[in-house]
Amino acid sequence: MTLKKGSRRLFGFSGDVPLWRDERALRAVAQLISAVLLIGAVVWLVANFIQAAEQRGLPLSYDFLSQESGFPLGESVIEYNPSRPFLYAFLVGLLNTLKVSILGIIFATILGTLIGLARMSSNWLLSRLSLAYIEFFRNTPLLVLLFIWYFAVFNRFPRVRDSLALPGPIYLNLRGLFVPWPKYTTEGLLFLVAILLGIVTATAAWIWLRRVRERTGRQTFFWPVSIFLLLFFPALAWISQGGQTITWDIPILEGFNFQGGTTLTPEFTALLVGLVTYTAAFIAEVVRSGIQAVDRGQTEAARAIGLSSTQVLSLVVIPQAMRVMIPPMISQFLNLTKNSSLALAIGYPDVFAVGRVMINQAGRAVPVFSMVMLTYLAISLFVSFILNLYNKRIQYET
Amino acid sequence: MGTPMIEKRLAPPRRPGAVEWLRKNLFNTWYNAILTVVTVVVLYFVGRAALEWVFVNADWRPIFRAPLLYLVGSYPRTEIWRVVVSLWLVSFLFGLSWGVWHGLFRSFALALAVVLSFGVFLPPPETSPELLFRLSWLVNPLLIFIGFFLADRLKLTGRTVLIGWLISFVLTPLLLRGFKGSSLLPSVETSLWGGLLVTLVLAVGGLLLAFPVGILLALGRRSSLSVVHYSSVIVIEAVRGVPLITILFMTSIIVALFLPPELRIDRLVRAMFGMMIFAAAYLAENVRGGLQAIPLGQVDAAHSIGLSGFQTTFLIELPQALRAVIPSMVGQFISLFKDTTLAVIVGITELLAIGRAVIQSDPEFIQLQAEVFVFIAAVFFVLSSVMSYSSRRLEDRLGVGER
Repeated sequence: MTLKKGSRRLFGFSGDVPLWRDERALRAVAQLISAVLLIGAVVWLVANFIQAAEQRGLPLSYDFLSQESGFPLGESVIEYNPSRPFLYAFLVGLLNTLKVSILGIIFATILGTLIGLARMSSNWLLSRLSLAYIEFFRNTPLLVLLFIWYFAVFNRFPRVRDSLALPGPIYLNLRGLFVPWPKYTTEGLLFLVAILLGIVTATAAWIWLRRVRERTGRQTFFWPVSIFLLLFFPALAWISQGGQTITWDIPILEGFNFQGGTTLTPEFTALLVGLVTYTAAFIAEVVRSGIQAVDRGQTEAARAIGLSSTQVLSLVVIPQAMRVMIPPMISQFLNLTKNSSLALAIGYPDVFAVGRVMINQAGRAVPVFSMVMLTYLAISLFVSFILNLYNKRIQYET
Repeated sequence: MGTPMIEKRLAPPRRPGAVEWLRKNLFNTWYNAILTVVTVVVLYFVGRAALEWVFVNADWRPIFRAPLLYLVGSYPRTEIWRVVVSLWLVSFLFGLSWGVWHGLFRSFALALAVVLSFGVFLPPPETSPELLFRLSWLVNPLLIFIGFFLADRLKLTGRTVLIGWLISFVLTPLLLRGFKGSSLLPSVETSLWGGLLVTLVLAVGGLLLAFPVGILLALGRRSSLSVVHYSSVIVIEAVRGVPLITILFMTSIIVALFLPPELRIDRLVRAMFGMMIFAAAYLAENVRGGLQAIPLGQVDAAHSIGLSGFQTTFLIELPQALRAVIPSMVGQFISLFKDTTLAVIVGITELLAIGRAVIQSDPEFIQLQAEVFVFIAAVFFVLSSVMSYSSRRLEDRLGVGER
């Protein structure tokens, strides 16, 4: 090859370059080879599978999903019994996963933020203590912690007769956590609607009046107006119903078990507590590094123009810290959701655990398993999609 | 004129006393004072209860009855010298690496020396002489120091030691697994392996295998060939989008359905493949980050001196990317080490599974689950803490994360 030919190729003349030196030809060949290898591997695997499946008489189909499941599940958000079809059981598992994940994310964020702030506290003892918390949970496997929570804590609670009574009244025993729960009454429903109405109107008034103030510079009293609205509607409902609000269904010991209220099973509670305490340690680190990423000059400048320390935090530090915190926060939320699959080990019927029972019951490992994997993938993609939208909104415009 | 000049002196160093330290760090504001008092009170009661449990109430018989079980599972006690020799090999290599790469391995080598020395306190199996077994643990720190001085004296190069490591990765499994019909190294089925041995085999093996796969996936993701690019993206994102336990389940149970029935893969190897795929996907993203951090000028410069695309990738880009990624690999190893516990769900007898087996071995132990699981948590906590402490020392030395 002379230099001349090489330089001519730069301008797109490849006619006199031999085919085996032509980059475009080479690329096409490479594409073709990798495609053939990939398709070949897939075909080989599937052919193996079909052969084995035919021998066992279990063809790859999803028809069995409409058959009766025939297995009981420990708990369910919706009505469930073994005569329901497989697909319905799968849905129960999915809802259980979502239930524990959503609650877990909420509590872990709260606890993690508190610990992260405590880590940065000027109080030496508090900061060391939260460091110890973070180090402990980051260096211990979640599954071992779940075993400790479930087998060593929740399974050691007293029997129903000797329940631990906590204020509320909340009862704690071997069968779980018994907590009061609102009864379904029209008064209660109306009161709830009134509270929601209060929150919605107060938020709307707050946003609108603040905008007016920012535009015109007039004093708009958004604080008092919002608080008034927040209290007005519930008060109205309370007075118009003659003091009747939500009626609580209190758990009462009757015979061998508690009646009334709602029950959090030991499996659910152990999983939730385990996930929350574990993920909180990671969220605390996210919060800390997010806040520390905000330049100190920002805080000092904000103080210098006369903002109060709460204003510095809420108007200057937190908005900037959020930009740094959101992406790692998303991955922690997803980790929590994925870690909820450890439910299987302590007998909480989440989507993976239900999937495994379905495999044992119907013998269709591949269809069921593909459903489980796709479910997790869908959750992951959905959550990162939603949070990425939010993330895009708060990032700097570039 | 009349006043004499006093010689200039530095201000006397302030040495904060204990009282001043307390006032500054614990009682600087009224709410901090309240917080301090409340924390101390809570700490006192929680700490007292915890100590009381550990030293008085807890019954540690499930641990003390057979500590070796947690270490190697049911690995034949007559063959246990093979595990000991494998550890010697690793210790020696750590010593050599310390001698060659100094700071990079120093904290890890020292930590290993300390951790392995504690083996002296382990009760020896009935089949081996007590003193010999106990002393065999002390050989490890000795080998680490011998390795260090040897590497220094012989002026070993990094390449030699790297080859030594590669050989040991082949040698150790062969030594532990043995050969069918051999009288010196009779075969030990992996189903007999257990405890910390399996935990480490899964984590180390998983990460080692993940290394080439992860690099290939990262390069594949950057490839301009669409078939390669999209298949890499799909693999990486699919693996990162599902829990590890589903991947372990897939490699342990589902993959076997897609392979010809003649091809039977060892159960431990299948689980290790699961760990490998999982680690590879995360590693690929790390490496990709490292690759993206390389300035474009490097690639242009490589092209301009006539390196081919292949050469540019493997001689210019990858070495730099990997150097940037090494510290985060320690973190990845720690999380992989913790994640090996999930293998208990697919029936691998790693540390947690041994704990469960011990509990079920004796009806008396059913009530002692807390002791067993707390012990296992403590083992993981100590080992991962040592590793993360060492890696922090390493990062301090390398100046990673400083700005």
